[in-house]
Amino acid sequence: MGFWEVTLFLLDGFKVTCLLFLLTLIFSLPLGLIICMGTMTKFRPIRYIMKVFVWIIRGIPLMLQLFIVFYVPGMLFDIRIPDLEINVFGKTLEISARFLSALIAFVINYACYFSEIYRGGIQSISRGQYEAGQVLGMTKMQIFFKIILKQVIKRILPPVSNEVITLVKDTALARVISVVEIIKLAEQLASRALLWPLFYTGAFYLLFVGILTLLFNHFEKKLSYFKS
Amino acid sequence: MSLLEVSNIRKSFGKTEVLRGIDFSLEKGDVLSIIGSSGSGKTTLLRCLNFLETPDTGTISINGKTIFDASLHKKLKETEIRSNRLHFGLVFQSFNLFPQYNVLDNITLAPKMRLNEMNYSKEEKKEHLQGIIKTAQQLLDKVGLTEKAASYPCELSGGQQQRVAIARALALSPDILCFDEPTSALDPELTGEVLRVIRDLKSSDCTMIVVTHEMEFAKNVSDKVIFMANGIIEEEGNPYDIFEAPKSPLTRAFLNKSVESF
Repeated sequence: MGFWEVTLFLLDGFKVTCLLFLLTLIFSLPLGLIICMGTMTKFRPIRYIMKVFVWIIRGIPLMLQLFIVFYVPGMLFDIRIPDLEINVFGKTLEISARFLSALIAFVINYACYFSEIYRGGIQSISRGQYEAGQVLGMTKMQIFFKIILKQVIKRILPPVSNEVITLVKDTALARVISVVEIIKLAEQLASRALLWPLFYTGAFYLLFVGILTLLFNHFEKKLSYFKS
Repeated sequence: MSLLEVSNIRKSFGKTEVLRGIDFSLEKGDVLSIIGSSGSGKTTLLRCLNFLETPDTGTISINGKTIFDASLHKKLKETEIRSNRLHFGLVFQSFNLFPQYNVLDNITLAPKMRLNEMNYSKEEKKEHLQGIIKTAQQLLDKVGLTEKAASYPCELSGGQQQRVAIARALALSPDILCFDEPTSALDPELTGEVLRVIRDLKSSDCTMIVVTHEMEFAKNVSDKVIFMANGIIEEEGNPYDIFEAPKSPLTRAFLNKSVESF
């Protein structure tokens, strides 16, 4: 196989990598906010449950969580994670049970990490900002959305970008439950004694992370007009 | 009838009783200075007036209308508390400007929010919005920062930030403007510009309560001085009585100490 053939071949797997990355972000960023609210609520039972949940998810290897999501529902409850066909803008997107399991595991795992980043960001805003809003007669919602949120976003952007970049590379773990992403494909070639494509996959990741880095730099610059 | 009547305000944090029954009144257009050592409860009193703390007992009335009654407070809706607290404005020790908004937007943010909650037609809204911006510009003029309207708080000195904070509090035209040690976080050379603004406000008949460590200021600007110690009003009176002829030994000791520190 020549260079271009290998590139095209790997690109098929890279699409899966990108899809897993993108869907994980789309679901885990908001889910993280919900978990964050859970860990910060004044209602103790929920707070404790959420804290234990975050502890478990952050305390077990992600690879193990992939296995758990893929095998345990079937073993314990006889639930099979289904193969899905989703219609996106007129195109049919086939989502295998393996891919869906990986997605679920990634979303839960990353949401927990994001929730802790959010919590740190929210708690780092001084009480004076809330109080200034209060004495000006603003509601809690107005204070959060008009005063606090943008300052939180500015503060959590660097740690969030860190997590996002880690996620790009973590998607490679999905191959342990046989999701055919880029490294899985390269391994197929390697088993046929074509080793170099395995190392070549690094270039795909590098390029992707490079683009993300530029994107986050751009966001940071956009928020650099104020100090918080 | 006095503009402000405060009676029997008590407040505890856990087992510590910070305010142990505060009563005082204030006439319209008067400036009241509250002095006392740290931990005497003066900041807590100010925070109670601004509903940042909820007193355990007592009442607060403005123009004879009770806006706070500890025994009824829990039944009040949030909207009522919000409109009640607008009788007071508060300028913080640490300014607390909103960093992501420029000076003009800092001043107009809250009035705009209130405008959005009203049921005005589009035309009326537009008119009111222009009014809000015009008022903000006049206030900036008043505090001497007209040319800083488009600056962000991080581009201003501490003294300028505090003057913006004063304009922001005035934008909602409170009946009483409160200051919580407005110059304590400032470099000495910047306190003058802030105190000057407060002095100007006095001449425009603004009713004010100032918690301060600036004894000279309290002496020269106030119409009334309250000395607090251990959660009660130890002594109150006109500045001359308090500073030149204090009756309480605690007041005397406090004033001697603050003279020494100069």
